[in-house]
Amino acid sequence: MAFTFAAFCYMLALLLTAALIFFAIWHIIAFDELKTDYKNPIDQCNTLNPLVLPEYLIHFFFCVMFFCAAEWLTLCLNLPLLAYHVWRYMSRPVMSCPGLYDPTTIMNADILAYCQKEGWCKLAFYLLSFFYYLYGYGFIFTSCSSALRINDSHRALVFYLRMSNM
Amino acid sequence: MQAATQPYTQAPQPYQQPHGGPGPAQLSPSLAAMSLQSSTPEALRVVNLLQERNLLPPTPIPAPAPCLPQDLQKLNCNPEVFRCTLTSIPQTQSLLNKAKMPLGLLLHPFKDLSVNTSPSVSAYRKSISHHCTLLFPEEFMYNPVSRSYGEPHKRPEVQNATIEFIAPSEYMLRPPQPAVYLFVLDVSHNAVETGYLNVFCQSLLENINALPGDSRTKVGFITFDSTIHFYNLQEGLSQPQMLIVSDIEDIFLPTPDSLLVNLNECKELVQDLLKSLPNLFEKTMETQSALGSALQAAFKLLSPTGGRMSVFQTQLPNLGVGALQSREDPNQRASAKDIQHLSPATDFYKKLALDCSGQQVAVDLFLLSAQYCDLASLGCISRYSAGSVYYYPSYHHQHNPAQVERFQKDLKRYLTRKIGFEAVMRIRCTKGLSIHTFHGNFFVRSTDLLSLPNVNPDAGFAVQMSIEENLDEMQVVSFQAALLYTSSKGERRIRVHTLCLPVVSSLSDIFSGADVQAITGLLACMAVDRSVTASLSDARDAMTNAAIDSLTSYRQSVLTIQQPGLLAPACLRLFPLFILALLKQKAFRTGTSTRLDDRVFAMCQLKYQPLAYAMLMIHPALYRVDDLTDEGALNINERTIPQPRVLQLSVEKLSREGAFLMDAGIVMYLWIGRNCHPNFLTQVLGVPSYAAVPDNLYLLPELDTAESQRTRAFIGWLRDQRPFYPSLHVIRDESQLKASFMQNMIEDRTESALSYYEFLLHLQQQISK
Repeated sequence: MAFTFAAFCYMLALLLTAALIFFAIWHIIAFDELKTDYKNPIDQCNTLNPLVLPEYLIHFFFCVMFFCAAEWLTLCLNLPLLAYHVWRYMSRPVMSCPGLYDPTTIMNADILAYCQKEGWCKLAFYLLSFFYYLYGYGFIFTSCSSALRINDSHRALVFYLRMSNM
Repeated sequence: MQAATQPYTQAPQPYQQPHGGPGPAQLSPSLAAMSLQSSTPEALRVVNLLQERNLLPPTPIPAPAPCLPQDLQKLNCNPEVFRCTLTSIPQTQSLLNKAKMPLGLLLHPFKDLSVNTSPSVSAYRKSISHHCTLLFPEEFMYNPVSRSYGEPHKRPEVQNATIEFIAPSEYMLRPPQPAVYLFVLDVSHNAVETGYLNVFCQSLLENINALPGDSRTKVGFITFDSTIHFYNLQEGLSQPQMLIVSDIEDIFLPTPDSLLVNLNECKELVQDLLKSLPNLFEKTMETQSALGSALQAAFKLLSPTGGRMSVFQTQLPNLGVGALQSREDPNQRASAKDIQHLSPATDFYKKLALDCSGQQVAVDLFLLSAQYCDLASLGCISRYSAGSVYYYPSYHHQHNPAQVERFQKDLKRYLTRKIGFEAVMRIRCTKGLSIHTFHGNFFVRSTDLLSLPNVNPDAGFAVQMSIEENLDEMQVVSFQAALLYTSSKGERRIRVHTLCLPVVSSLSDIFSGADVQAITGLLACMAVDRSVTASLSDARDAMTNAAIDSLTSYRQSVLTIQQPGLLAPACLRLFPLFILALLKQKAFRTGTSTRLDDRVFAMCQLKYQPLAYAMLMIHPALYRVDDLTDEGALNINERTIPQPRVLQLSVEKLSREGAFLMDAGIVMYLWIGRNCHPNFLTQVLGVPSYAAVPDNLYLLPELDTAESQRTRAFIGWLRDQRPFYPSLHVIRDESQLKASFMQNMIEDRTESALSYYEFLLHLQQQISK
């Protein structure tokens, strides 16, 4: 088997991080639209709120996967973001539907500015994680396959020696 | 564009050094170059708060005038309509941060004023046109009066501070809506017990012809307890027909029309309904209240046209959607720590309010309850739909006649006052300033546009601003609030208010232009927000820090001669007093038993009331009324109205030999001293002795004596100045309301709060750290 579970995790994380990058970009564009009065806050919150929990759950899912794959360094790098997500969701305004954004307070300049900054920081983090997972995946893949090649060449050598002993 | 130097109507006065005291020595040359108004050195006169005891002026405090040349000053709005916390705007954000005072505007845009609708031909200043050109993009250069384009300096709103004109058809998304009024009434057993239904029906019957509107006006009624009742008032029916919908989970309208009918065509049916409504529910035994479903039904009924929904509720809604729990713990009322449950329990009312706002429906809430009603959650229905909240705690037709009288008078005003429908308000400032937070009852649709389904003359708003870009080249900045609304007669109108203020670059100028009442009002709004988002103790600390920081900044940056004591500029001498008053206000006090609904209502009022009435709530006015004279009296409409001095709120100023009137905005207390002169008792109250003063007296008898006339004239004059009706309570030492009266004595020490002097010492200690 060329792929270990860790390599599989990294590959999956890579794909899902692409989705998270998409969410982060969507957030940035949405807040920009709000700031430039292009969209109504009620409609905008109705589009943004359903995306919040999926993003947090996806991120939680990789943390669980990395935990199972025993990739401790990667897990530690992701833990602060997980804690931040938990804190953010716990301190959300009273809402009956899942989500973080309340149309009555979102137009306050401080909240709008905070959400925009949050969008950019997350985008940066997800981009960096994307490249990190890419590197991690590549590293594991090459180390797997080089282990495989050593294995193959060892077997080839043994076969040759046996053949030559026959 | 160069701002032309402005020709003044008088030559600039040579700058005189006043006698004694520092302060004016620090006045900047920029102020000296402008024609100095004599109040400027006075505003910076140094006051040692620990030594000067009598700081309150004897008359109500006027708003400070901005330091502008005479002709620009004339163009400014009435300060009751549009007011800024700092009448001299700092040039940069860092300067504003150093001054440690909030920058914001307080507006009362729809105030009952007679508006100047014709342009005057006064001469005009280039610097104004420069700023106003920024506010008027090309396509709006049409002058509706002279029917021509261009020439911004001739536009009427530039020459007059407040102007109203008819909006052209580009400002209408749909034809102007008619006036539509829907009344949603609680008819549970509790509601009928309080007897409010009689008062409401009586009041509406009396005022039915005075409802603002024209021939298209519509009315409708919904009553509810555990089911929702609609009334078919179709023209042609012999009597109103009640339709009951008991499926409250999935509410629907029983008939498509004739639930909201044209008032003029169906007037007799409406009057029949109002006469029979109290009797219909006299024997009801229903104890449940499905308010949420009733609101949904009412919304369905009003959403095609928009309009106003008036909801009367007397208990906690406990059935169906939007049911609430009793969250208040009576043992925590006097808690010295944090107060819980100031934020809504559910977002049902907020979401419904947003839906209403989208359909131009405003919801006004009348809460007439003796028990906890979770006003924190219910209030949301009005807050985001530009409605108003009226609160009559412990309303009962027999046990509480003062509340009944107040309800009657308030209803009359509510039904007959001017109203605007499907309104939006835009507040614009000169480039470089931006608005970042809004306070009041509305929905913020975009960064400078407020959606107001209804606009009424009793609503006030506040906004906080920040300085995004340095205002280096500008001498004057302007602010403009434009209110676009449909009048009750179906006309689409725009009302514009303009305010111009000078830009200054030194801290002493900023301090000399500080408006202490506006700062207090804005801080109160900010503190309400902080209490809900963070905690009450945070808000209290923030208010105290506001006083400490601004006085520290004054001491460090403006004063050159350091004296001992707590020094403040004369314009801010009342600031610590007002902060202490806020800390002891019902909304923010801790340690004194306060019902949660009372507290939440006080918070709502601090954000909703225009500044003048909010200041009365925060710092009531105390007068001695047993020795009223005609000296200095006003003559209005051939009545002589005595003008007693405003006294400090301290028990020290009370005297057993006198009678004192405390004006706290929505309530007035007339406190009678134990040894009050019998002359006052007989001539004004009509009783022979102190012991004979009745307990629940809330009306002054109309006696034919000079003292009675003077007292009633004075109280009537105070009442006439405000749109709501303050109830009057005559109290003696044994009265139950004495505690409420004494709680307003802000300068005194109580078990849970400092006295004024102690507060000043605390501030001084913090400043010298």
